[in-house]
Amino acid sequence: MEGIEEKVPMLKEKALEIRKEILKMLNKAGSGHTGGSLSLAELMAVLYFKYLRVNPSNPENPDRDRLVLSKGHAAPAIYAALGLKGFFDKKELDTLRKIDSILQGHPDMTKTPGVEMTTGSLGQGLSAANGMAISAKLDDRDLKVVAILGDGEVQEGQIWEAAMTASHYKLDNLVGIVDYNGLQIDGKVEDVKDPAPLAEKWRAFGWHAMEIDGHDVSEIDSALNMADREEKRPTMIVARTVKGKGVSFMENNADWHGKGPSDEELEKALKEIDAAFDVLKEGR
Amino acid sequence: MTEKIATRKAYGEVLLELGEKHEDIVVLDADLSKSTKTADFAKTYPGRFFNMGVSEADMMGTAAGLAASGKTAFASTFAVFAAGRAYDQIRNSICYPRQNVKIAATHSGITVGEDGASHQMLEDIALMRALPNMTVICPSDAISTKKLIKLAAKEHGPYYIRLGRPGVPVIYDDNDDIQIGKAKLLKEGNDITIIACGHQVAPALEASEKLSGEGVSCDVIDLHTIKPVDEKLILESAKKTGAVVTCEEHSIIGGLGGAVAECLSENHPVPIKKVGVNDTFGESGTGEELLKKYGLTSQDIEKKVKEAIGLKAD
Repeated sequence: MEGIEEKVPMLKEKALEIRKEILKMLNKAGSGHTGGSLSLAELMAVLYFKYLRVNPSNPENPDRDRLVLSKGHAAPAIYAALGLKGFFDKKELDTLRKIDSILQGHPDMTKTPGVEMTTGSLGQGLSAANGMAISAKLDDRDLKVVAILGDGEVQEGQIWEAAMTASHYKLDNLVGIVDYNGLQIDGKVEDVKDPAPLAEKWRAFGWHAMEIDGHDVSEIDSALNMADREEKRPTMIVARTVKGKGVSFMENNADWHGKGPSDEELEKALKEIDAAFDVLKEGR
Repeated sequence: MTEKIATRKAYGEVLLELGEKHEDIVVLDADLSKSTKTADFAKTYPGRFFNMGVSEADMMGTAAGLAASGKTAFASTFAVFAAGRAYDQIRNSICYPRQNVKIAATHSGITVGEDGASHQMLEDIALMRALPNMTVICPSDAISTKKLIKLAAKEHGPYYIRLGRPGVPVIYDDNDDIQIGKAKLLKEGNDITIIACGHQVAPALEASEKLSGEGVSCDVIDLHTIKPVDEKLILESAKKTGAVVTCEEHSIIGGLGGAVAECLSENHPVPIKKVGVNDTFGESGTGEELLKKYGLTSQDIEKKVKEAIGLKAD
């Protein structure tokens, strides 16, 4: 297996690029989900630029890994990653949420190359990921299915139906990730309806579960590697993240759940990210 | 029309046939495999059968994921749990992305009987035909059930297949040509068009026999595919007869009657009378008792036919 150390700087850079693309496309769109997209940047970077075996020049390869973004409102995060990866022309990112665009407000697998499942109505993605994982086992395909859930989303009952299905069918080719950023539309997740203790809940449902820092690319990588080694049970990675991560005035602010930045806010935000790029380069 | 076979039984049998021929077919059930008749498939092809337990929403989502990976997924449960409980999953995980999932919804309508209103699905046709990409079929007997399901399995995309609990008369024989989207003219007449689906086709035929004895001749159409609706045959017949009666074991709101009314009002308005359950929930009782109490017998059809003829312009 390829070592993570030499890839850390690249992955950190990718995360910053993803952040910039998210902010730019949400500014152009004039609406959309900023906070919960930014919190996924490092996870998307590691998934699309190290872990997932996907190839933009052969997107329909039956042996490809699958990613289901169950928290579909974070579409900008997956669009940014797919655009940077080359699944479509990066210019398309400017058309997010606009008429005739391949980039819908929430993921539509029939419109966007690289999007594996249509999502947006919360709670449904893990079931679909289970179906994909079961199908892979039926066909003896050595592939991984990753499902990304929101911490508010796990309040949906179907998530726990799917949790039982995955452990019942011993889906060790399935990895779930909860983007545990602690905020949902109406405020703190713990105040609205507290899902804690989250990792313990997954364990109680028969999963291998671990908690990590969802902004630490090395931790993300090692958690995914641990999931790969797991046998006979699915793995859930509870990733502690910060909503709005990377932009000081968006961090931990529920107001940024569902709006895009104005021109002025964008400029301010991009400056902060560029400063983070500079720090990265100095560290080299 | 002596032999009675439940359409759900035909579903179980045709699954076995399909399962043998097509390795890509997988079947899911939600703890009702004995009732939905998927149990034989489960026994014969255990590797391709998934009992999802009592979790219909999860079953529909899992079926969608299997379909997204190239499988033809049959998801089976009672109509009330399929179209009702899992509506959002059918909408967003199956129909919107046009997944290759066939939803076999058994125990539809009021003839579920003794379990009562909570289990009597009377609005599923309305819900399912409103969904883009969804094809809705409601076979009238065992033979057409098998033929239509085989055709559905060949076509890509979501299907809602409405099946029933009790045995119903066999109307077709094996040589009958049945196509999805093409209604079947079972009997020809000039005075009125009776359009029925599912369990109501047999009483519609019975009513037409009775009426012909009284000098009223009827076109009787089995509209087994409710979406897409066979506009051509409906219009041809309505233009000839000038009045229509629709019959369905479903609410009179939004189902087969609604589909026919939409078609006619836009293209060739004629008087329409609807036989179906009025805007009400059912109750416990035997199927026969309920059909009588809620106005779904062949006598009720005869009555509506006379009313509709009375509305015809001179």
